Amino acid sequence: MTEPVRDADRVFHNLDGSGDGSLAGARQRGDWDDTRALILRGRDAIQGTVREAGLRGRGGAGFSTGLKWSFMPKEPAPERPHYLIVNADESEPGTCKDREILLHEPHKLIEGTLLAGVGVSAHTAYIYVRGEFEAERRCLEAALADCYAAGLLGRDACGSGYDFDVHVHRGAGAYICGEETGLIESLEGKKGFPRLKPPFPANAGLWGFPTTVNNVETIAVVPTILRRGAPWFGGIGRPQNTGTKLFCLSGHVERPGTVEAEMGIPLRELIEHHAGGVRGGWDNLLAVIPGGSSTKVLPAAACEDLRMDFDGLREAGSALGTAGVIVMDRSTDIVAAIARLSHFYWHESCGQCTPCREGTGWVSRIMDRFVAGAAAPSDLDTLESICGQIEGHTICALGDAAAWPVQGLLTHFRDELEQRVAGGRRHLAA
Amino acid sequence: MSGGAELFPGPDRAAAEEILGRYPSVHRQSAVLPLLDLAQRRNGGWLPPAVVDAVGDYLDMPSMRVRELVTFYSMFHDRPVGRYLVQVCRTTPCWLRGSDEVLAGAREELGIAPGETTPDGRFTLIEVECLGACADAPVVQINDDYHERLDGEQMRAWLRDQRRPEDD
Repeated sequence: MTEPVRDADRVFHNLDGSGDGSLAGARQRGDWDDTRALILRGRDAIQGTVREAGLRGRGGAGFSTGLKWSFMPKEPAPERPHYLIVNADESEPGTCKDREILLHEPHKLIEGTLLAGVGVSAHTAYIYVRGEFEAERRCLEAALADCYAAGLLGRDACGSGYDFDVHVHRGAGAYICGEETGLIESLEGKKGFPRLKPPFPANAGLWGFPTTVNNVETIAVVPTILRRGAPWFGGIGRPQNTGTKLFCLSGHVERPGTVEAEMGIPLRELIEHHAGGVRGGWDNLLAVIPGGSSTKVLPAAACEDLRMDFDGLREAGSALGTAGVIVMDRSTDIVAAIARLSHFYWHESCGQCTPCREGTGWVSRIMDRFVAGAAAPSDLDTLESICGQIEGHTICALGDAAAWPVQGLLTHFRDELEQRVAGGRRHLAA
Repeated sequence: MSGGAELFPGPDRAAAEEILGRYPSVHRQSAVLPLLDLAQRRNGGWLPPAVVDAVGDYLDMPSMRVRELVTFYSMFHDRPVGRYLVQVCRTTPCWLRGSDEVLAGAREELGIAPGETTPDGRFTLIEVECLGACADAPVVQINDDYHERLDGEQMRAWLRDQRRPEDD
């Protein structure tokens, strides 16, 4: 097998940008083909198909998309409009898939936004693009302008009688705005402080109105699911882990890149066939962070028969997350690699919850001591204790996400940490 | 809504109004981040307090509500920056592919440390967290543009090229 996914099952045919990204090019690939008919199926049918297909959110949490949509009020009240927000605030280290969609497949995203909008009875959508993505935003806005000019959006979108507007909102640099309620706060013109739930956005979201927030990739696969049907999508991968998925391969692989593959593809096949292999060969593999920086690192021994889907990675003690696969070969200082992530979470903590605001700084400083070989013997226990005090004690999942990489390190590479204790077991490293 | 004409003169006025048009008129504060960005672009890449306050006036927001955004969001700068804002990604995927070497190249070429601006005001060098282009690491963002798969020498060469007198 040399293709990440059978060509006939591929959703994204222009992910690498080798084809024509314009509206005409997208139409040749099947986008915007009788979208009117899909709209006219109506909200319940759209929700039902997406739910039957087993689509789970591609932004990290993996919640059932159709189920999420069903939490929206059935009939919108005239004074309480519904909103759809597409989360393009891609900033989880190791993750760079939504960027490829914005650059090369914007029409999949825009058509999906319209159809998902119908699925949640919204007539307005905002696509929140991280501020640094200037080129990506320009591509998206150019594609949107083409859609309006062609009558695909706006009043009577696609001639369906359904009015639908899509606006781009640019962020300004804050990882926390990828958290859905932090994003909503930011879109309201405030600091991106996540909200306590409940109420959930489906009841009280943007400006207090019913709102659904979905990841770019989640939305972009919706048109294909509606065209080809739930059995097709649901037939790829395993039950509860269906469909194709974008995987980002970074770090020590021969050919880093973003590829579409079937859910559940073995990690080794993903790396060897689609990223040219681990630098220096499979036996040179030290560890993999399988699903973006928030997921727990796995040592090479655990990577041998690893299936890259929600259940496979949960069983291995990690998570699929965003499917941002960070590969590290044996030249890697694994302690320094995780310390960089600890610094990231410290920098990106919004500061709202004390355990996260203070704890991420403590963790980062202690990790730096380990990197320098200057840790105190008690630092191991302190590190473990602080992580336990952050995890589960914050409004949003950033606290958990800050704790997990370090906890993964403590589980699988405790020896490495012990060797960095000043005057302790350092001689063992020699 | 005072101050709009001075804040966004000429063609920027239309750009500001286009941005405002994306949000319901009762929720015009939602436009604050894109409008701060627009204002920053028109003020040499940073936001003096008077400009921040003018954005607040324009949107009927208390100035503290706007100032706290300038410090919260990393893309806003409350001090002057160089004509070229060189942002080297330091997070793990870039670090695994040699971001240390890229940073060292920039430091040597510019003779400044991260957080500093060259005396001629041409370059500001900073380290940033994940830019979201991990498969094209190491990545450096210079103003609006991503420079991908760089090494230390390419970084130095790019910076050297920007020193050419015809740029002035």
